[in-house]
Amino acid sequence: MELGVYSFGDVQADAATGKLGSTADATRNLLEAIQLADQVGLDYFGIGEHHTREMPASAATVILGAAASTTRNIKLGSAVTVLSTDDPVRVYQQFATLDAVSNGRAEITAGRGSSTESFPLFGHSLNDYDELYAEKLELLLQINESESITWSGKFRPALNDALVVPRPDAGSLPIWLATGGNPHSSVRAGLLGLPVSYAIIGGQANRFAPLADLYRRAAAQAGIAQEKIKVAVASPGFVGEDAAQAKEFFWTHWHRVMEQLGKIRGFAPPPRAHFDKEASGAGALFAGGPEEIAERIVALHKSLGHMRQFFQTDVGQMPHREFLRSIELLGTKVKPLVDAELGTSEPAKELTNVA
Amino acid sequence: MSPETSAIGILGAGRVGTALARLALGAGYEVRVATGRPPAEIELLLEIMAPGAKAGTAEAAIANSDIVLLALPLSKYRSLKPELLAGKVVVDIMNYWAPTDGTIAEFEGVRSSSEVVQEFLSAALLVRSFNHMGYHEIEEEARPAGDPDRRALAIAGNDPAARGIVAAFVDRLGYDAVDAGPLAASRTFGTGTPIFGATFGRSEMERMLSVEPVA
Repeated sequence: MELGVYSFGDVQADAATGKLGSTADATRNLLEAIQLADQVGLDYFGIGEHHTREMPASAATVILGAAASTTRNIKLGSAVTVLSTDDPVRVYQQFATLDAVSNGRAEITAGRGSSTESFPLFGHSLNDYDELYAEKLELLLQINESESITWSGKFRPALNDALVVPRPDAGSLPIWLATGGNPHSSVRAGLLGLPVSYAIIGGQANRFAPLADLYRRAAAQAGIAQEKIKVAVASPGFVGEDAAQAKEFFWTHWHRVMEQLGKIRGFAPPPRAHFDKEASGAGALFAGGPEEIAERIVALHKSLGHMRQFFQTDVGQMPHREFLRSIELLGTKVKPLVDAELGTSEPAKELTNVA
Repeated sequence: MSPETSAIGILGAGRVGTALARLALGAGYEVRVATGRPPAEIELLLEIMAPGAKAGTAEAAIANSDIVLLALPLSKYRSLKPELLAGKVVVDIMNYWAPTDGTIAEFEGVRSSSEVVQEFLSAALLVRSFNHMGYHEIEEEARPAGDPDRRALAIAGNDPAARGIVAAFVDRLGYDAVDAGPLAASRTFGTGTPIFGATFGRSEMERMLSVEPVA
């Protein structure tokens, strides 16, 4: 089982005044977090494209490219790239470049994204939400198949035998399809033979078991090779030495971000009882001590058969120090426990070009 | 089982549609599901996500059902065929979420999205409900009648008989129905209201909706 972390590049806040820190500081802090994640043996770090003052990670490949030079083994990906409002040619070039500078560690996770700031920012209409995504995913997958592209569609100029470089050493990049649980998306991922990344951010996590089953069945019907079928799970999570303190601490920050989102999106922030229910058993919030988190990952694996789980930790202006501590515990405490139950993740590829 | 409501038609097989399909099947209803795709394309999906539900065309799902649930994205409501839904009890679960779905001028007025949908489906007996609860809670929060933790769902619609039919359906699925009155009352439980996303039992919901308690 692979374990990892993802972040939207959240800014920190001044403990005394509550004043938000700078977006530049948050970006540099993220580099430190990725380096630590690699050092403690985590398998994956993802950056989710966002465009807000609180979550400023708008250019994931720049951060990941810088992180590539200070890390050795960790896979570097987007979680997610809002493909609908980007140019698939440019996305591919950037991630293929990341793949080159990281010696084959780049991954793309394509999704619609749950926030929509990028639509007005890049001049797209939310009314084209589904169409944009379908067209751009099709083009991205075609680019991954072949360096020379002939293509035409509705939302970008046609390409006539156009060259898209650099090309990944492995021939193609892993492209994951991200979904929040719409069954049609699981069918789509299965039929296309893409690995699927489930964002499980609320409710009982094991309710995704039928979706994972649907994904595998759709892939089997389409005759997709077994090794292409992979499931990952992204959830909010925080690991602390003491289970009760970890929950208390994560509640403060999770609640803050839910309040902020609730104001924007018009829902009431969930009460503490709701948090407590979801931060235990089969709930979607993985906040607690190392043993408990390891047990819950293993339990979820029994229903989903996923090969990777990664956590969004630095929410609601969490102090950077606590974010780093959670990464450290995830790598040094949780991972060995999970490995002992489920066996180690695939060994890292032999890297020949690392200085 | 009341004889007049034994079959449910669900338009949409996304997160909300499949969750309600499972819940309705569990409560003993016959369930048909239709999407914009040919029925054969959602057979596998239903077999796994809502075993027992039948894939059908919208025409068949509507014609063979006593209650029709609208579980499609609001932005696609104009793909519905008003003539098929004429005279039918229709539950509108859709919401207008400008921050995530984009601004749609016709939903920006004071009316709730359900009032706009009712205007389009002019002959349908439209009742708004289930919309103020998260899709992942729909199954997890269902409780038998009398359970102290049972949650309440608001319902609003212009036809009192249709409200009664939907109230019985809500109750059988595991929630206390609180009748808010005509469809205009659904403005009080759309996005951005204190009820949206919050958890209330019957008496709290009655207070929130300022309706007379049921004796």
